[in-house]
Amino acid sequence: MKRLVLSLLLVLPLLASCTKKENEIVIGEYDSLSGSDATFGLSSNKGVRLAFDEINAAGGIKGKKIELKTMDDQGKNEEAAAATTRLITQNKVVAVIGGVASGRSKAAAPIAQAKGIPFVSPASTNPDVTKIGDYVFRICFIDPFQGSVMAKFASENLKIKKVAILRDVKNDYSVGLADAFLTDFKKRGGEIVADVSYQAGDIDFKAQLTQIRSKNPEALYVPGYYTEVGLIAQQARQLGIKAPLMGGDGWDSDKLHEIGKEAINGNYYSNHYTVESTDPAVTEFIKKFKAKYNETPDALAALGYDAAKILAGAIERSADLSGKSIRDELAKTKDFPGVTGKISLNENRDAVKSAVVIQVDGPNRKYITTVTP
Amino acid sequence: MQDFVQHLINGISLGSIYALIALGYTMVYGILKMINFAHSDVYMVGAFGAFYVARAFGIEANPGIGSLAILLISSMLVCSILGLLIERLAYRPLRNAPKLNILITAIGVSLFLEYGGQALFGANPRVFPEVMKDFVIFSFGNVELKSFDITVLVVSVLAMLGLQYLIYKTKLGKAMRAVSANASVASLLGVNPDKIIAFTFIVGSALAGVGSVLVGMKYPKIDPLMGMMIGMKAFVAAVLGGIGNVRGAVLGALIMGLSEEMVVAYLSSTYRDALAFGILIAILIFKPAGLLGKYSVEKV
Repeated sequence: MKRLVLSLLLVLPLLASCTKKENEIVIGEYDSLSGSDATFGLSSNKGVRLAFDEINAAGGIKGKKIELKTMDDQGKNEEAAAATTRLITQNKVVAVIGGVASGRSKAAAPIAQAKGIPFVSPASTNPDVTKIGDYVFRICFIDPFQGSVMAKFASENLKIKKVAILRDVKNDYSVGLADAFLTDFKKRGGEIVADVSYQAGDIDFKAQLTQIRSKNPEALYVPGYYTEVGLIAQQARQLGIKAPLMGGDGWDSDKLHEIGKEAINGNYYSNHYTVESTDPAVTEFIKKFKAKYNETPDALAALGYDAAKILAGAIERSADLSGKSIRDELAKTKDFPGVTGKISLNENRDAVKSAVVIQVDGPNRKYITTVTP
Repeated sequence: MQDFVQHLINGISLGSIYALIALGYTMVYGILKMINFAHSDVYMVGAFGAFYVARAFGIEANPGIGSLAILLISSMLVCSILGLLIERLAYRPLRNAPKLNILITAIGVSLFLEYGGQALFGANPRVFPEVMKDFVIFSFGNVELKSFDITVLVVSVLAMLGLQYLIYKTKLGKAMRAVSANASVASLLGVNPDKIIAFTFIVGSALAGVGSVLVGMKYPKIDPLMGMMIGMKAFVAAVLGGIGNVRGAVLGALIMGLSEEMVVAYLSSTYRDALAFGILIAILIFKPAGLLGKYSVEKV
C-alpha cells in the first residue's frame, strides 16, 4: 500500500505538467547556455527572447501569449537530443528552435522530425542538417556557400594563389567550410599548399603552424570557432607567419579580439550580418537589443531573432497549431525582411541570402564587401 | 632542419607543462594507490584563482617577473587549499573503502569542480592577463627561442628540482617515502600517515597551480573545462613513466609532448592524439609498469 501511494505521488507532478494551458502557445528552444562555445548559445537565446517579448508586448500570436521553454544543451550533442525529447513529450511545444552548432542539430532534429514537430535552426550551417527531413528548417546560409564566399574573396579581392587550411576535425561545421573552400578555391585556379587539422579544446597549435610556415602560404583559412582562433592567430604571429587569416561565422564573438589581441587584427571572416549596416531593420534591432541587454548583438543574436520572428509569423498564418500546418506555413517563407537580410526558404528548407565579409579591427568589425549567392 | 629544431622547442615546452601536472597524479598514486581524477580540475581552479588575483592587483598594468611570482604563489595557495579540502572531505572518509569507491568519488569530485566552475565562473572562456612580455631571446633563421618558452622551462625545472629535494633530502620526504612503501608500518614508527597524505595533496596541487599559471601565460585562454584534455594527457604521461615514480612522470611528459608535436609535424595532424596515444600503448606493451616503474605483484 505504502508503495502504491509513493508511486502515485511520484507520478502526480508528471500528470500536472502534461495539462496544457489554453491561453498560451508553448515554443521550445535548446541552446548551449554553458559549455565551451556558450557565447553562441547565450547570444542566440537573447535574440529569441527579444523577439518573443516584442511579439507578446504586441498582443502575442492569435491573441495568445508565447511561452518560451529554454533548455541548456551544455554544448553536447546527446544533451541537445535529450532536451528536444523533453520539450516535445513533456512540455508539448508546438515547435522547436534549435541551437547553434550543426553537430547538435544533427542529434536533435531527427527527434523533432519523427514526432512531426517543426524544427528551426537559427545558425546550423552544415548542409546535412535540413536533409534530415521535411520538418527541419534553417534561416541561415549553408557551409558550401560560406566556404565559396571566402574562396571568391581570396582570389578576387585579395588576389592570392596559395592558401593553407587549418580545420577543426572535431567539428562538422569547420570541416564543411574547409571542404567547400578547398573545392571552390581550386576551381578558381588557386593552390592549397597545406591542409592540416586540430581539435576543439586544443591550446597548442605550434606544430601545425610550424608545418604551415614552411609552405609559405599567402593566407590561412581557419574556419573554426573563436575559442581556438584567437590562440591560433597569436601563435601564428609568434612563429612569424605574416599572412592574413580567413574564417567563417564561427569567429563572430566579442571574445575573439579579447583572446587574440593584436594578433587577430586585420584578418577576414564571412558573416551573416554586420553591425555597421545602415539598413533600418538592423539599426532598429541593435537599438532594441542594446536597450534590453546592454551589449552589441553579434550575428548569432540576429539569427536567433530572425528565427523566432519567422517561426512566430508561420504560427500566426497557420490554420491551427498542428505540426503539419505550421510546417507548411514555414516552408512558404518568402522575402522575409530579417535583420540578417532578405530571407527566403528554398525547396531544401535552406535560406537563400547573401553573406558579408568583415575585417577584424580591434574590438570593431570593418565591413568589407557583400557576396550574393 | 630549422623546422625540426622549432618542433623540438615546441615539444619540450609542451612536455614541461604536462610534467607539472603529471607529478600530481604520480605523487598521490605513490602514496595512496589511487588516481586523483580531480587533479586536473584543481589545476583549472588555480588558473581562475590567479586570474582573479591578477584582476584585483592590476597585474595587467605592470608585467614582469614580480607579477609572475605573485601569480605563481597565489595560484599555488588556491590549489593547495583546494587539494587539502578534497582530500579531507572526499577521500579521507573512504580511506579504507574498496578502491573502486574511491575511484568513483574522484570522478565525482572532478565533475563537481568542472560544472561547479561553469556555474561560478561562467562558461565563457576568460582571457588570462599578460603576466610577462614575450620577446625573442635568440633566433637563427626561422627558429626563434622566446622568453615564454624559457620561462616555462625554467619555472618547471625549478619546481621539479624543489620536489626532488623535498622527497629525497628532507625528513618530510623520508616520511612520504615511508608511507608510500607501507603506511601501517610507517605509523608504527611514529609517522602520522594522515598528515603525510594531506601534505602530499598540498604539494601535488601546488605544482598543478604552477602549471596553470604557465599555461595561462602561454595560452591566454582559460575556461572551466580546460583541465579535461590536459589532465588526460598528463595522466597518461604519468602512467607511461611509471605511475608512482616522480622522475618517470617528468620523462613520460616530455615523451608525450614531443611525440604529439612530431606526429603533427611528420605524420598527420588529424590523427595526432590517436597516434600519440598509440605510441604510448606500444611502449606500455613492452614495459607494462611504465618506463621507470617497478613491476609489482598486486597483493590480494
